[in-house]
Amino acid sequence: MTLLIIEQLLNGLQYGVMLFLLAAGLTLIFGIMGVINLAHGSLYMVGAFAGTWVATETGSFWIGVPAALAAAMLTGFAVEAVVVRRLYARDHLDQVLATFSLILIFNQLIVLIFGRAPIYTALPPAFSESVELIPGLFYPPYRLLIIAVGLLVALGLWGLINFTRIGMLVRAGSTNREMVRALGVDIRLLYTFVFGLGAMLAGLAGFMTGPILAVQVGMGEQILLATFVVVVIGGVGSIKGAFVAGIGLGVIDTCLRAFLPGLLRNLMPASEADALGLGISSMGIYLLMAVVLLIRPKGLFAVEG
Amino acid sequence: MKRKTPWSLTGLATGALMALGGPALAEEPVKIGMITTLSGAVGYIGEDIRDAFQLAMDQNGGKLGGVPVELLVEDDGFKPGNGRQIAEKFMYDEDVKILTGIIFSNIAGATVPDVVDNGAIYISPNAAPSNMAGKECHENYFAVAWQNDALHEATGIAAKKMGYKNAFALAPNYQAGKDAIAGFKKGFGGEIVGELYTQLGQTDYSAEMAQIRAANPEVVFQFHPGGMGIAFLRQYQQAGLLGQIPMVLSEPATDAVILKAVGESAVGINGTAHWNWDFDNEASKTFVAAWKEKYGDRPITYYASQSYDTALLIASALKETGGVDDIDALRAALRKADFDSVRGPFEFGPNQHPVQNWYLVDIEMGEAGVPVTVTKELLVEGFGDSYSALCQM
Repeated sequence: MTLLIIEQLLNGLQYGVMLFLLAAGLTLIFGIMGVINLAHGSLYMVGAFAGTWVATETGSFWIGVPAALAAAMLTGFAVEAVVVRRLYARDHLDQVLATFSLILIFNQLIVLIFGRAPIYTALPPAFSESVELIPGLFYPPYRLLIIAVGLLVALGLWGLINFTRIGMLVRAGSTNREMVRALGVDIRLLYTFVFGLGAMLAGLAGFMTGPILAVQVGMGEQILLATFVVVVIGGVGSIKGAFVAGIGLGVIDTCLRAFLPGLLRNLMPASEADALGLGISSMGIYLLMAVVLLIRPKGLFAVEG
Repeated sequence: MKRKTPWSLTGLATGALMALGGPALAEEPVKIGMITTLSGAVGYIGEDIRDAFQLAMDQNGGKLGGVPVELLVEDDGFKPGNGRQIAEKFMYDEDVKILTGIIFSNIAGATVPDVVDNGAIYISPNAAPSNMAGKECHENYFAVAWQNDALHEATGIAAKKMGYKNAFALAPNYQAGKDAIAGFKKGFGGEIVGELYTQLGQTDYSAEMAQIRAANPEVVFQFHPGGMGIAFLRQYQQAGLLGQIPMVLSEPATDAVILKAVGESAVGINGTAHWNWDFDNEASKTFVAAWKEKYGDRPITYYASQSYDTALLIASALKETGGVDDIDALRAALRKADFDSVRGPFEFGPNQHPVQNWYLVDIEMGEAGVPVTVTKELLVEGFGDSYSALCQM
């Protein structure tokens, strides 16, 4: 039982850092630019497809990493320059409509280039066999790699935001956009940078999940909803919030799915326990969001401003 | 006298039109309306359905059974409402009498009753929900592929035949997922040590993997269509379960496109099939060769074989009737199923669903580094479905 709990905690951690990678970009874009970017999932998909394609062509998973980052970042720059830049002054409905249309456009472009069939993604050879972490606990090393990368990125972002000039501007921008502009900072350049950074993180997440999930059209929409929940719970604009909420939600979601039906089975007949357990665990993160919003309407780590 | 004029005019006009239209009609091709899913991640299935049907037409110079045919294809966009709209457009604007092509049961459910009630014939190349095989069966409705439940029942029979005593079953929490587990249990009859419903669209199955490992069943049955299935199989391997706990899969989880995307994580798994690319009969060999010639390396799925069979079935009926003017004759001709199916033996049961053989297949690594299904043995012969008793025509 202890082993099962450790394994599920690791699983939750892995899912959590994935959510964090996506939510970090989304929360910055939302917090600093005030743009609801539904197409964030498309950038995740672009990273997955570009990275996987390069990895397959070259035969090396590791060459796929910079390709995924570059493709997602360049796509991010293009999206910002062509579409999102025109939306800063508009209200949220316009932003939702425009970025939703981007989802459709990106999905269709991917179909035109790669076709509809999901594409095969190889695991890096060194990470393909599961390892025995402690006696009796077998765990896929690739998931450990994802956890490590996610934590490194979190550390890097923390350093970037807290100890660099750009980070200072980002922090200032998420607290008071107008003041930053009034102080003569080239806000347009800052926006482009933030958007590109967010896109790059989404692309990294997309490429890293490729070997675990299916790289296919529409893969971004599957994870987008959970990402928005993370952003809302963590507090819009807060990287720290995205980190805590991402890991928290990942662990809670995984543990609910894994343990709730079993616990309920002690209280009621198996079939009812399964149905109820499944119901509650699929609602879990949304219930949590509702509770957090009741207590702290601006999220756990709301940016003051 | 004055009153008569419009009538006689109408009569004259009709006569003239008939004189003009009569001979022309004989040359008009028979229109076949195809409603299928060409959008989104599942669009590859629709492409296979469309292209295999076209392949059968092309092999005979654009004719089926010696009658020129015209194939009208429309994308339902994976939406039931669209399916119905397209069907109405086909029937009212184009006067189409034969419709086919729908892949998903929910779209078929919204579309087919409308078609058959309007006196047109619907021949399903894939979807075959249980209600339409039982109480709501219709003389104008034919299913060429299977009855949905048979898919999973066959897998249950396979698990039983391989000697497994207990099983762990997983499927997404929606109607088709519940049907899958019910069908598997019915065919298997052994102990179910765990039954888990996952969320539709779930991407991470690590929690489920841990529970499978803890339950340590003799065999795992899971049904996760499309991308969910790819993720499940890959994570099953990454968790080190592949090779430790055997898995049996239903046909939708092992189509050639999915196997290509899953790669080595699928090797060693058992499946069931009503058609496989390596079948040793003339019709199947002709089909596979024609597909390879036209599409090269493109994976050949059983969806394509079903659509090809649908075209052959229509050809056999048109050969007898010469057209679609007499629906009763057409229906009677279809019922005979007088064609060489790529599956070998094929006939319709009383509810106009197939009675056919199911086979056990192994997933092995193919020459091109892409896993393929290899036919092992006959699993069950002349297998129909349990709903035909409920069908009153």
